[in-house]
Amino acid sequence: MNLAMLDFSKNYFELFDLPLGFAVDAKRLAERYRTLQAVTHPDRYVVAADHEKRVSLQASTQVNEAYRTLKDPLARARYLLSLHTGDPGTDSETSKDGAFLMEQMELRETLAEAQSSPNPHAAVARVLTHLAEQSAALDKELAGLFADPTPANLTSAREIVRKLQFLDKCRRDAEDLEGLIDGRY
Amino acid sequence: MPLLQIAEPGQSAAPHQHRLAAGIDLGTTNSLVATVRSGVAETLPDAQGRHLLPSVVRFGAAAAPVVGYHAQAAALDDPLNTIASAKRLIGRGLAEVKQLGGRLPYVFVNPDAAVPRIHTAGGDLTPVEVSAEILKTLAQRAEDTLGGPLAGVVITVPAYFDDAQRQATKDAATLAGLKVFRLLSEPTAAAVAYGLDHADAGTAEGIHAIYDLGGGTFDISILRLTRGVYEVLAAGGDSALGGDDFDRLLAQWALEQASVNDGADHRTLRQAMQAACTAKEQLSSTPTADLVLNLPDGRHWSATLDRAAFEALIDPLIDRSLAACRRALRDARVRVPEVDAVVLVGGSTRIPRVRERVAALFGRPPLANIDPDRVVAIGAAIQADLLAGNRPGDNLLLLDVIPLSLGIETMGGLVERLIPRNSTIPVARAQTFTTFKDGQTAMAIHVLQGERDLVDDCRSLARFELRGIPPLVAGAARIQVSFEIDADGLLRVAASELTSGITARVEVKPSYGLTDGEIAAMLSDSRQHAGEDQLARRVREERVEAQRVLESLRAALTRDGDALLDTAERTRIEDAMTALAATLNSIDAKRIGDARRALEQACARYVERRMNHSIQSAMAGQRVDAFE
Repeated sequence: MNLAMLDFSKNYFELFDLPLGFAVDAKRLAERYRTLQAVTHPDRYVVAADHEKRVSLQASTQVNEAYRTLKDPLARARYLLSLHTGDPGTDSETSKDGAFLMEQMELRETLAEAQSSPNPHAAVARVLTHLAEQSAALDKELAGLFADPTPANLTSAREIVRKLQFLDKCRRDAEDLEGLIDGRY
Repeated sequence: MPLLQIAEPGQSAAPHQHRLAAGIDLGTTNSLVATVRSGVAETLPDAQGRHLLPSVVRFGAAAAPVVGYHAQAAALDDPLNTIASAKRLIGRGLAEVKQLGGRLPYVFVNPDAAVPRIHTAGGDLTPVEVSAEILKTLAQRAEDTLGGPLAGVVITVPAYFDDAQRQATKDAATLAGLKVFRLLSEPTAAAVAYGLDHADAGTAEGIHAIYDLGGGTFDISILRLTRGVYEVLAAGGDSALGGDDFDRLLAQWALEQASVNDGADHRTLRQAMQAACTAKEQLSSTPTADLVLNLPDGRHWSATLDRAAFEALIDPLIDRSLAACRRALRDARVRVPEVDAVVLVGGSTRIPRVRERVAALFGRPPLANIDPDRVVAIGAAIQADLLAGNRPGDNLLLLDVIPLSLGIETMGGLVERLIPRNSTIPVARAQTFTTFKDGQTAMAIHVLQGERDLVDDCRSLARFELRGIPPLVAGAARIQVSFEIDADGLLRVAASELTSGITARVEVKPSYGLTDGEIAAMLSDSRQHAGEDQLARRVREERVEAQRVLESLRAALTRDGDALLDTAERTRIEDAMTALAATLNSIDAKRIGDARRALEQACARYVERRMNHSIQSAMAGQRVDAFE
């Protein structure tokens, strides 16, 4: 993001005054978000001069971007990778773990069959639950790796991020499918 | 425990100066205006004590436009010059409107244009101009009641309105001569009214679902309220689903029953719509309703409709609204049992069948204790009062989202999504493009809004042309385009070439909107009509802005000038202030403007430092809170 920034040489963790790491206290994150928006939001500058409005718009936008990144485990992990190594990785990188990929293919098949199953809602819900469990397990691993960001640990973290991307894509497809099924009724 | 109070750099000018402000609910069928007086937000009645203003405008050849009940009464006799439901047309092309809403009883002069014009005795008018008349009438009512000019207004729009519809609404306000503090989502406004209403009982905290079925639009918003902060988690809906559609179904049914074929004339159509609307309203309190039509062939047709038949007719429309609710819940990652309250908004939620089915979906009886017609205007008035700076110390803050994803066209007619739906605004994303031909100096970018993958299935917002790219070999230029959505949900695009630092010129061609030039022309027409001297007006506007900048800076310097500025910086700012103050009596608008911009330049760093300072004190307060 190339917006002219305030004191935003600070990283998102510093901005939110949270310790640098994968484990984030969700309640505290949300509280700080509200505090930061309370001072930066354009609604606070409606009757201000134009140049103050511009600063407010930039700051508030930046706070939203930081919050979005810190709130979502995948975005947070990629952000941490970019802070530690300068490279957040891309969407197109694929996991090299054969067993994991096999499992994903099976999950995809289950999802494809869900549409024609007698209770499609329940079938999709099962896939979603499974995805959530897998993601939670990977999140736990990431917390450990980022707590001790040695080059070896960061390489492992990058591989987990690739897996998380897979799960995330699958989750979104499952949710779209839920919408499709819903539209039928 | 309450959040720490912190200095608000923007609002330091004159803390006790009360600014007159109003909230306007610009509805499809009815509009309202509300203000806060002595701490109470209430809708304002006309001289006859009526709060609702029918959103109907009649244009005559010689006289000024007539707005409201008088126009509505003339709709049957003068259907072509009497425009109702302009909100359905605003920010849309005609083909789109026809596809959504069936037959329209107007004559369009330029059916293929980006902004269709309706031919009336008072001229060929855009929906923007029709809406401007309604806004003018309501603003006048507020000014008469409050006894002074409005500093600004908050205008509500359906949460599901896209960029073009929002922009057109703002254009209408500009034409009406109003300063828009903010465009506010209707369900969010309703939530504000409810939040304040229930604040004492302490029941307002938590997750709220706002089901808003109005005359022409449907919105569902899922919000979380925490200590005065309303965070919209997801917004969804259908900007072409409302009570009008119930009327239309019922009218169609009546015309079919009366064996009137497709060729019904404007008059018969209007008559059927009115009979349908009356029957619909009756059926909310009585088990049956009678419909009567006087047909052009001299026949008098009548029939009785019972509630069950009516409900069977409208159930498919209610289904559509409930599907949107389920999607919004999914987007918000909220399960039904987590919803703490369901609030009904909009006149169409008076229909018992709607209430019954909403209650069934959410598993709890919905709240409707604030008049569903007025609740949006009341919330807008509270927000307007806050934005005007009249509620110091109030923690109320609304964090809204964009309802539709924003993307750009890529190869093969596909859409690449840049900003996903339900992103909290303001939001920005940058995207880097490159040239594909040697020496290429221009590039076209097509911006779309919608959730589908194909360009043809999304709504075209605008085409941008970047010009002035330095000529380089193919693929060497790096053009960064930033898409910014502001707190009104409106898109702005900026572009620059990264290797050379050259700012590319962005030319906007809105797909369904008026260009800045067209707005300026309309504005100038209306002012010439009003006999106002344009130059004098520009000078006055520049003076007001200059005074505002001076006032707020003086207050800021008193508060923290010593702490945040060194002597040299302070001198530079004060010199620029003196220079601006010296231009205030000038009759040269440009001279005042130049001096103001010079001052803004001089204090740019100071303004940023103040913002950082505010952030730091707020976060320090947060840390103290955390230890308690």
